[in-house]
Amino acid sequence: MSHHIVEVKNLRHVYSDGTVALKDASFRITHGESVGIIGANGAGKSTLLLHLNGYLEPTSGNIRIGDIPLSKGTLPDIRRTVGMVFQDPDDQLFMPTVFDDVAFGPFNLGMAVADVEQRVTEVLELVGANHLRDKPPYNLSGGEKKRVAIATVLSMSPDILVMDEPTNGLDPFARRQLMALIRDFKHTRIFTSHDLDMVLELCERVIVLHEGEVWADGPTLEIFNNEKLLAECRLEKPLSMQGCPICGSGRLAGSAIPCPKSYASSGFDS
Amino acid sequence: MDSINKAVLDLKRLDLLANNDSSIHRLDARAKVLVTCVFIICIVSYGRYELAALFPFFIFPAVIIALADLPPLFIARKIALLCPFVLVVGMFNPVFDREVLLHLGSFAVSGGWVSFASIVVRSILTVGAAFILVGVTGFTAVCQALERLGMPQVFAVQLLFLYRYIFVLTEEAGRASRARELRACGKKGLGIRSFSSLIGHLLLRTWQRAERIHMAMLARGFTGAFHAHRQSHFGKSELMFVLGWSTLFIFLRLQNASQLLGKLVTGLFP
Repeated sequence: MSHHIVEVKNLRHVYSDGTVALKDASFRITHGESVGIIGANGAGKSTLLLHLNGYLEPTSGNIRIGDIPLSKGTLPDIRRTVGMVFQDPDDQLFMPTVFDDVAFGPFNLGMAVADVEQRVTEVLELVGANHLRDKPPYNLSGGEKKRVAIATVLSMSPDILVMDEPTNGLDPFARRQLMALIRDFKHTRIFTSHDLDMVLELCERVIVLHEGEVWADGPTLEIFNNEKLLAECRLEKPLSMQGCPICGSGRLAGSAIPCPKSYASSGFDS
Repeated sequence: MDSINKAVLDLKRLDLLANNDSSIHRLDARAKVLVTCVFIICIVSYGRYELAALFPFFIFPAVIIALADLPPLFIARKIALLCPFVLVVGMFNPVFDREVLLHLGSFAVSGGWVSFASIVVRSILTVGAAFILVGVTGFTAVCQALERLGMPQVFAVQLLFLYRYIFVLTEEAGRASRARELRACGKKGLGIRSFSSLIGHLLLRTWQRAERIHMAMLARGFTGAFHAHRQSHFGKSELMFVLGWSTLFIFLRLQNASQLLGKLVTGLFP
């Protein structure tokens, strides 16, 4: 399963206006891992993601997806292997109906019509959006758009799933639904997010970017417990790891168990 | 901007009408596109002073509206929206063309007024037919029908993209304009200057969005070809629909039906 590996070595990217977005980033993500890439605004997260499927070319350094080095000639293979879900689903859903949108990738892969139909149905059922298949994208709610956007990528059976801010702009229920969906995937998953609670729940490993460099790379809990590191990178602990807002007492690290005292003092009975 | 938002909502309503079910809705889109084309060509091929011969053509919109159960007032309002443009086009005819063409009792009507009225009637017929076509077929299906009838795919794709993003872009424009209005405190703000900068920003944002959409397309293996899978069947009822209406239009075009009717009536009651 070596084709599920993502290897980035000394990646540097300078935009044409001279902005150095990535100075020197190196990491290796192996099969089945779920990795959160976090960092302040402008730390280089989006730039990094755009390299993973070859939309941006590195100024220097290199990227390997499995055994394939990323280059112009290997782009079609890489794009099939790495499925990318963009932050704004309106950018991703450009076809007249949900069905057409989910079928867009498989058709480009040259699949036969009957296979495409079957694949689209399977994937839409997986994300719970089969009832929307004939709807135009502008008639969907934010949460529905997001799920369909994920389906458009899953329909190409990628080995690696890359998502930019997947829970951005969703209501709490839609966010929970989406997280449950992502948790069930067996793919290698890479997210960027400011939703650190989601990162805490879904990722076993976190890469912290700061000013275009990998500032830290390690197990999620270890990194979220390093307050000095987080402060340096303009981050803070996920809310569920912070003290109770009412009595100030802590919670079990990494758990969502509420502080019993806060219930007592706010008049709730447990 | 409120009026633009409303216009967009109206556009969505027109498209939703296409989801109804009637004998006209069920016809293959190509048949409806062909009939509408023949209709429009017949109308625009008349000479500039032709007026009476146009009236029998109202039978087509009337019959389709009745059979497809479209809301006639809604369609009339849509056509009325275009009236200012039509009036501007025909406005100078009565001024420049003062030659008397016909007498209504003691009232002399100049050629300018006749051609002006002819422009208005023709616009109502052609624009009405186009709206009705979208109302009974849906914009997407119209584009796909045009493509299958031989329109280059590039144009079809352009139209589909225009239609998909007109909603997103007008919402964006509406938000920007609202923000400007709220900070202008009921005054003119900076007048035309603030508007020109707003439009410039919208243009740049549109550009960026276009880039992101292209990125999303590339990420899903886009190589320049659009594969849309549609089941459609041009059967007996479609053929009858096309032949029946086209024959009627061509007959009406070659024979002045109003005159025939007039002769018939005056012949019967001398």
